[in-house]
Amino acid sequence: MKRVGWAVALIVLAAVPLWVGGSFYVNIVSQILIAAIFALGLDILVGYAGLISLGHAGLFGIAAYTVAILLEHGFGHSVAIIAALGMTLATTMLFAVLALRTTGIGFIMITLALGQLLWGLGYRWIDLTHGDNGVSGTSRPMPFNISLDSADHFYYATLLIFVAVLIGMAILTGSAFGASLRGTRDQPRRMTALGFDVWTIRFIACVMSGLCSAVAGILFFYYNEFISPHALALSASAEVLLMVIAGGSGTLLGPVAGAALVVIMKSVMSAYIERWNFTLGAIFVLIVLFMPEGLVPGSRRLVRFLLAAAKTGRGAAPARSGG
Amino acid sequence: MSLWLVLTVNSIAFGGLLFLLSAGFSLIFGLMRIPNLTHGSFFMLGAYFGASFVIWGSAPFWLAAIIGAVLVALLGGLLERFVLRRLAGQNEAQVLVTLGVSFMIADLCLMEWSGDPISVEAPSPLQGVARFGGLIFPTYRIAIILLALIVAVALWALIDGTRLGAMIRAGVDDPQMARICGIRVSTLFTVVFCLGAGLAGFAGMIGSPILSIYPGLDSDMLPLALVVVILGGTGSLLGSLLGSFVVGFLYNFGQALLPELAYFVLFLPMVLILVMRPQGLFGRRAP
Repeated sequence: MKRVGWAVALIVLAAVPLWVGGSFYVNIVSQILIAAIFALGLDILVGYAGLISLGHAGLFGIAAYTVAILLEHGFGHSVAIIAALGMTLATTMLFAVLALRTTGIGFIMITLALGQLLWGLGYRWIDLTHGDNGVSGTSRPMPFNISLDSADHFYYATLLIFVAVLIGMAILTGSAFGASLRGTRDQPRRMTALGFDVWTIRFIACVMSGLCSAVAGILFFYYNEFISPHALALSASAEVLLMVIAGGSGTLLGPVAGAALVVIMKSVMSAYIERWNFTLGAIFVLIVLFMPEGLVPGSRRLVRFLLAAAKTGRGAAPARSGG
Repeated sequence: MSLWLVLTVNSIAFGGLLFLLSAGFSLIFGLMRIPNLTHGSFFMLGAYFGASFVIWGSAPFWLAAIIGAVLVALLGGLLERFVLRRLAGQNEAQVLVTLGVSFMIADLCLMEWSGDPISVEAPSPLQGVARFGGLIFPTYRIAIILLALIVAVALWALIDGTRLGAMIRAGVDDPQMARICGIRVSTLFTVVFCLGAGLAGFAGMIGSPILSIYPGLDSDMLPLALVVVILGGTGSLLGSLLGSFVVGFLYNFGQALLPELAYFVLFLPMVLILVMRPQGLFGRRAP
């Protein structure tokens, strides 16, 4: 049943350019997928490791900037992409060593500070990053000589990577490592007592998360062919955190649904709502207050509740008519 | 006059301003155990409120600053009472809510006061420069330094010398034991939140003649308050005072000498402190 659902979802996604009509909407779906990769990466930390990061936009940004700057200096796409992955992984490891000295509020604050540090570099290191003007790209890569310039082609490339990341996440969270990661979230002391190295497990989770952020950052740069410090700002970190929390942290579908919600709100609704940041903040507050487990688990619970109510309702109806 | 002296005076004045902002931040952090991410918004709101009274209500500067601070304090009280209290005990959810509220406030300010920067003139007796022994000092900055010191002494008297202060100290040290002793810690939360918000709002108006008021002022100031409190230690007034001056110097000298790496110079000490001494220079280790 579940597999059928996934297969149908995949077919629907693969056929997107055929049924949504118009490159504008295909591009929006591409944006959703890129955001979803980023959100899935953050979900490893927030949902499975129980560590809330407010600096992930920095990791996303460092990947995008590395590609952009290397391309600008005349390097090829493959060099730029590999360097961006390496650079982001190295940064993630350094940040993880610093941030993992604490958990909870301390982790939030250190990641916030580190994110601001990267934002400050992007904003102020003008020789390298051109400050507020950002860095533009001139071309997209051509894997196997296929041009990615059209919206459809870029979409398929993004979809391929998205599916790979999703499968990777499913394997990761279903594995023994995923179970021990959840263990460090719920019962770190017991995990230590059982002989697990909690720090190393969390460190690996950070690195995985950084890898996804890097992939999303690189795709983001190629999608826009532009990167500016705004992509690294605290509001960007908050936005991806909102995707994870709104959709449902600790699930695979949640961050994807959250990414779709945020991107659609942002690009489609912004035609009607001028106040995007207000809406973002309001949704954030409402979800934390009233649906802290997120939309996907929340609506699952609602459906289960309604089904149960319908069943008992049917069972109770004759009794009532009898009485 | 040499560049160094100007930079030093500016750094101390900016440090004083940061103290007004971060003293409340530190108390809230110490008592409620959360970094209040709306604190930058309180600063900006106080500035916008005050500027509106001065520009459209032609109120005197100090009166406008005080009314603005009272309004922001009320708003802080409402936020604590009706939003944060619902999430009592869930610190991470509280942090996320304060972040969400800060986005809402930022956007409302943009809607109300547009994106154009507003500048407020310093009150007329404090405009211009003062001369001491052949050196020239900008009067308003000297006034900020004095004001910050007055507020510091007043706060110290409040915290160290009054019954309310003793209750706050007890709450910071051990909230559960304070509750057992019959202190209404949840009421203290509201009081301290109002006080902190009001001080931040006041600081916003006081800072407006030197910083001017613009969208994004909140997110410029919040990280500074965060750095101050992490350097100084949460819940410690002395820590915030010293931390404020350290950050004032780092910020001004960083901007002047290493403009490209100014944020690096600012955040690096914070990261180092977080790593090497998580309780801050003057903080006590959390129980």
